[in-house]
Amino acid sequence: MRDVAVIGIGMTKFGELWNKSLRELFVEAALKAIKDAGVDHIDSMYVGCMTSGLFAQQEHLGALMADYLGQKHVPAYRVESACASGGLAFRLGFIEVASGMSDIVLVGGVEKMHTGADSTACLAAAADAEYESFLGITFPGLYAMIANAYKEKYNIPFDRFRKQLALVAVKNHENGSKNPNAQFPIKITVDTVVNSTLVADPLRLFDCSPVTDGAAAVILCPVELAKKYTDTIIKVAGSGAATSTIALAQRDDITYLDVVAKAAERAYKMAGVTPKDIDFAEVHDCFTIAEICVTEALGFFEPGKGAEAVEAGKTALDGEIPVNTSGGLKAKGHPVGATGVAQICELVEQLRGTAGDRQVKNAKRGLAQNMGGSGASSTVHILEVL
Amino acid sequence: MLTPRVYKEIPQRYRLEANKCKKCGRVNFPPRLVCPNCGSQEFEDYRLPTTGKILTYTVVRTPPVDFKLQKPIVLAIVELEDGTRIMCQVTDLPPYVENYDEIIKIGAPVELVFRKIFSEGEAGIHVYGYKCRLI
Ligand SMILES: [Zn+2]
Repeated sequence: MRDVAVIGIGMTKFGELWNKSLRELFVEAALKAIKDAGVDHIDSMYVGCMTSGLFAQQEHLGALMADYLGQKHVPAYRVESACASGGLAFRLGFIEVASGMSDIVLVGGVEKMHTGADSTACLAAAADAEYESFLGITFPGLYAMIANAYKEKYNIPFDRFRKQLALVAVKNHENGSKNPNAQFPIKITVDTVVNSTLVADPLRLFDCSPVTDGAAAVILCPVELAKKYTDTIIKVAGSGAATSTIALAQRDDITYLDVVAKAAERAYKMAGVTPKDIDFAEVHDCFTIAEICVTEALGFFEPGKGAEAVEAGKTALDGEIPVNTSGGLKAKGHPVGATGVAQICELVEQLRGTAGDRQVKNAKRGLAQNMGGSGASSTVHILEVL
Repeated sequence: MLTPRVYKEIPQRYRLEANKCKKCGRVNFPPRLVCPNCGSQEFEDYRLPTTGKILTYTVVRTPPVDFKLQKPIVLAIVELEDGTRIMCQVTDLPPYVENYDEIIKIGAPVELVFRKIFSEGEAGIHVYGYKCRLI
């Protein structure tokens, strides 16, 4: 296998973008990544997207995006793994370059969610259609079940737990307020969260990531070739992916994201590092409880200690392991198919030292974790500055 | 939207028909062709018990459009007596509840019952299945 580097990144602003179409979003991000990398061609491309069919009655995204990107004849692959579509697309692009099959590969992710379609119903397609969504459960509902099980298992009083959840959103909005591409770059307080509308008990509106339009893209090439394009070589040191049960009820432990632990174990092994060696991370905070459970499964904290860690500021920008410096899905926005690729863009910004007000000091190695469904699929990538 | 035929002819909608691995004894609902525990492909028919306890639950305040008339809807993951887990709605609750946490407790005993799940669209056909109620 060849060593692989990320040499270009690009993303659109995330938000409610009624004036931009699915293809415009993707092409805008892809052009930025191509320009940032300075490449004059691409050998192949990947499009991570969850459900353009339900949102916009458009499938066949590989060909569509290659065509509109001016890359007719280039092989193009559409990758779907619910909200982990972007992360999985990145992994496949990495594998293609590592294998020697191609030298310069574009990986993009996109989702156009403001189309008039019922977004709750479109997203519910990522759950078990026959034994979950059929019953009326929604994604906030599934993660709310995880939250209630967590509170019970670790015996946390309701008021304290409610505040711990809120602190995840407060932290991510604090970081997001420093990100010009964020959908909601506003600071909030614990009161904002606990006084917002109940969505699925105990989760409220400000525990949930928003509905977002947006796209992100990166360019990959072999490390040897990267030296031609840049002095700051950012290597993909580890890549891991895993699956688990599609239905939450069948999970061995409802509070433990075994899929994340498996994907992380593989990425750590490939990179030859442990959780302690990670300087900062972008994780899948589709709901506040998700960030807590993910940080435990990644090995940053013991199971049951993730909520306390947020309370203690350990995941803040100046904490021992800054989590979601971009604002996360919560504040930056969550265009589902784009999220996994946007996380890689944030890692590269931090590793290049170009993250502005949200820059992590001495950021040498970052981790990105992307997740599909209620924890049925996940990818973990570790990037480091050579 | 699934057409009625897709779900109406699935036995598991109306009967608690599961299968049990002949090799390791693991019960699967819905039935599977490959045992997730041991990989065996040998099964026998198995009927699920109808009582169990709540493992976790939530109150969905913003359900999909077909459930709007029932909102909010309460859903739970129930662990049945034999350890098999299913997700279902919690039914037969009072029409207005201030604080669901006071009525529904994790660990509370429940029994499965046959109920209407939703009606498809305006004056659409009824869709039936299992729910649970507190006992
Ligand atoms: Zn078995």
